[in-house]
Amino acid sequence: MKIKVLKDILDANEQLAERNRQLLDSNSVFAVNLLSSPGAGKTSLILATIKSLKGEIKIGVIEGDVSSSLDAEVIGKEGVPVLQINTGGGCHLDANMAYTALNNLPLKSIELLLIENVGNLICPAEFALGEHKKVLISSIPEGDDKPFKYPLMFHKADAVLINKIDLLPYLKFDIQSFSQAIKAMNQAVEIFQISCATGQRIQEWISWLLIQLSKR
Amino acid sequence: MHELAITQSMLDLVLEQAEKAGAMEVGRINLVIGEMSGVVEECVKFYFDFISKGTLAEKAALSFLMVPTMARCRDCNESFELKEFDWACPYCQGNNMEIVAGKELFLESIEVE
Ligand SMILES: Nc1nc2c(ncn2[C@@H]2O[C@H](COP(=O)(O)OP(=O)(O)O)[C@@H](O)[C@H]2O)c(=O)[nH]1
Ligand SMILES: [Mg+2]
Ligand SMILES: [Zn+2]
Repeated sequence: MKIKVLKDILDANEQLAERNRQLLDSNSVFAVNLLSSPGAGKTSLILATIKSLKGEIKIGVIEGDVSSSLDAEVIGKEGVPVLQINTGGGCHLDANMAYTALNNLPLKSIELLLIENVGNLICPAEFALGEHKKVLISSIPEGDDKPFKYPLMFHKADAVLINKIDLLPYLKFDIQSFSQAIKAMNQAVEIFQISCATGQRIQEWISWLLIQLSKR
Repeated sequence: MHELAITQSMLDLVLEQAEKAGAMEVGRINLVIGEMSGVVEECVKFYFDFISKGTLAEKAALSFLMVPTMARCRDCNESFELKEFDWACPYCQGNNMEIVAGKELFLESIEVE
């Protein structure tokens, strides 16, 4: 006997993500899922964002990591609530892990929740956490061919941050063709060029974030 | 590596459907997988053999329908397969397209006894 199912394999994760979204919304928390390869600058971006919005927006952080808690310790020093999730070897965060984290954060006193996903451009693309926006960080040293290698991630991103632009004088990276490739398959995407190291053009990202927050 | 999580979700869904139908055994599982998902057939099979042991689905054959990435040009309306490093419309060279297939990741059907 053949049984038609026609169901998304990740349906269970989608449902849990929806529950997370409701939990976030009921606490007026705006959540951003930060995605990138290892070393592109997720932790640096979180630190730069905290610094820039101190006293203005109440920030909380979820740190996803395969095993260490180094990033969480660095961020904890900034005096914001931070929760570490170790995936125990897993290559992405999923909605269930995020749910546990959400229940251990003081959501009532958080306006902006930054989630550092596991450094990987394949798997986290498939697993929604309940975030409001997916933000992808791609850095100059990684090269400008990433959109072709990881199309799903670039297709799903709401914003792409090109980080480490302070290195542009030393490395070959065609920002124009990189941006064009992303826009070809993701018309609505916002693209920013920043340097977390020098603070260059970080303000453009912050302004975008503030606009998103005001729509919350 | 995300194949493990995907395979586990797929097995959960298969068992839920099989139990609901009062099946004794699952003979075949028909999957539809888009190329953009990056899911590797061999990996899914590998994990499946491992995690399906002792379940109704342990003897099931997996069949994959792989869907190529297809785009539609917003400028000239033509549809075409999107190949790596070729992100311009082959008809009008435009750079404005919509992905219409290739993201699939679903369980089409199961065959049970
Ligand atoms: N030159 C330069 N280095 C950066 C920049 N942003 C981050 N880095 C460095 O890149 C490395 C990895 O950054 P990190 O934020 O830990 O990346 P993550 O793995 O994505 O969290 C660190 O050594 C940072 O100091 C930047 O804008 N320019
Ligand atoms: Mg980090
Ligand atoms: Zn065209």
